[in-house]
Amino acid sequence: MSDVPATPPMIHIEGLTKVYGRTHALRGISFEVPKGQVVGFLGPNGAGKSTTMKILTGFVEATGGTVKVAGISVIDDPVAARVHIGYLPENNPLYEDMMVEEYLEYIARMRRIPADKVRGAIDTAVSRCGLHRVRGKDIGELSKGFRQRVGLAQAIVHDPDLLILDEPTTGLDPNQVVEIRNLIRELGKEKTVILSTHVLPEVQHMCGRALIIAEGKIVADGAPDQLSSDGGRLDVVVTGKRGAPDAAAARAVLNGVAEVAEVHERTTGEKDALAFSLTTKGNADPRRALFAALVEADLVLLSLDKKALGLEETFRKLTTAEAGKATPDDHHPKAA
Amino acid sequence: MHNTLVIARRELTSYFHSPVAHVVLAVFLVVSGWLFFYFSGLLIVGKASMRSFFALCPLLFMLFVPAITMRLIAEERKSGTFESLMTLPVAEHEVVLGKFLAALAMMCVGLVCTFVYPVSLSLIKAPGAALDMGPIIGGYLSAVLLLSSFIAFGMWASALSKNQIIAFILGLLLCFALWIPDKAVLILPASMGAAVQYLSANYHFENIARGVVDVRDVVYYLTVTTIGLVLTTRTISATRQ
Repeated sequence: MSDVPATPPMIHIEGLTKVYGRTHALRGISFEVPKGQVVGFLGPNGAGKSTTMKILTGFVEATGGTVKVAGISVIDDPVAARVHIGYLPENNPLYEDMMVEEYLEYIARMRRIPADKVRGAIDTAVSRCGLHRVRGKDIGELSKGFRQRVGLAQAIVHDPDLLILDEPTTGLDPNQVVEIRNLIRELGKEKTVILSTHVLPEVQHMCGRALIIAEGKIVADGAPDQLSSDGGRLDVVVTGKRGAPDAAAARAVLNGVAEVAEVHERTTGEKDALAFSLTTKGNADPRRALFAALVEADLVLLSLDKKALGLEETFRKLTTAEAGKATPDDHHPKAA
Repeated sequence: MHNTLVIARRELTSYFHSPVAHVVLAVFLVVSGWLFFYFSGLLIVGKASMRSFFALCPLLFMLFVPAITMRLIAEERKSGTFESLMTLPVAEHEVVLGKFLAALAMMCVGLVCTFVYPVSLSLIKAPGAALDMGPIIGGYLSAVLLLSSFIAFGMWASALSKNQIIAFILGLLLCFALWIPDKAVLILPASMGAAVQYLSANYHFENIARGVVDVRDVVYYLTVTTIGLVLTTRTISATRQ
């Protein structure tokens, strides 16, 4: 039995499903985000990241399940739930014909900031997002980096508890990406943030937790570092006692080791040698078994290198897991 | 109500930021002025009345209202700003009402400009002849009522399509459908005629424009406007599915 928390979690999602016509966009998603956490929402395009965010903000209605923001059900009382949320939609839509200042004022008023506090709220948002120089400009004239800052400024003008950012760095140049990342990291110090991306280093840079979603389901949930150390990769180079070994036979030997999940051949500069990359099952360490198996088969081990699985590979492994499971003996699973 | 007014203000500013409002208002004034002073034979008949102007209003509004309302929702849905708007703490009906008020205010600006007509009538009328103000006030009142019903349905058209051109044509057809039953009465049996006539926006328009304000006519317009606004709200709700 655990203590009942005094405040409800910032986000509580349980058994969330969404069906568009015949497409199952979300197939039962459940997770909780406590106050103050910065969560990276990862997944390939069409995995359901945006759909989840659109449901959280009440723009799209869920087909089934519970969605609560700060303890308020988004389904029963979307307007009250939205009060707690600052949202930057995908592609950052803005009214091109408005001035930055004018737009922020409009948002501040829609957010019901009292008339005498509107100025102060705009000033704070402008200075946090570095918009001083463009305050009086039309949004349509701004560069993409500044537009993104305006998008963030409108999301924080009412000082929300929860920030929902849908692909906040997509389409920016590398310098702008760094600026926006720093800004988000800064905001994450005091707010709960959930951001979606398909750029993995982003999550390692900004987030304390990564949620990986594929085909409408959550396939991994944990600290970015922990996720990347789950499982691993072994690079081996083998040769025969005399000359090059038979590739198929060597592969069969490696495959025969219980903890090895997949075997991929690599190229190598070494003469008469074969190089393989092995992925392991879970956190298993098959090095001892591997060595024994190679000796048994009269093969010589030239190098054995254990590599931690990068987030990039974890991502690929998890998001193509469905296809991998369907054909366990196929070493080259087709991407779904 | 607070949010409704904030939205109305933004929409109205946006109208006047874009050339649309200026073009629509200018063309409306030129066409109505030309038809009124030249085409209606006002100067030949020699009667100081605004009847011919108000008789033209339904047809003019049928064209100009969809031009004003076509962008209201379609444009936001196409550009994506609809998502920012609908994720603000605002209810759907507040958004619909705010946009409706902005379009109505915009068209009322056009109507206010036509105040030049009665003023010029009073200047050119024969000395001693009186300008009958009843039909003029009634005419403006019915023009505002007619505008609200057309705007409500024009906005529904804008909610039905992301494409502004389609929204315009659909709006035109809906306004036409509100206007036409009156014209069909001639070919209908008398028993059906009265019922069909009651459905026509034009019939009630002419009633009030005569200077006699009947509750039934006002109720008709308020009902039609409400139906249009409810349909728009429903259609917006459906986009959340």
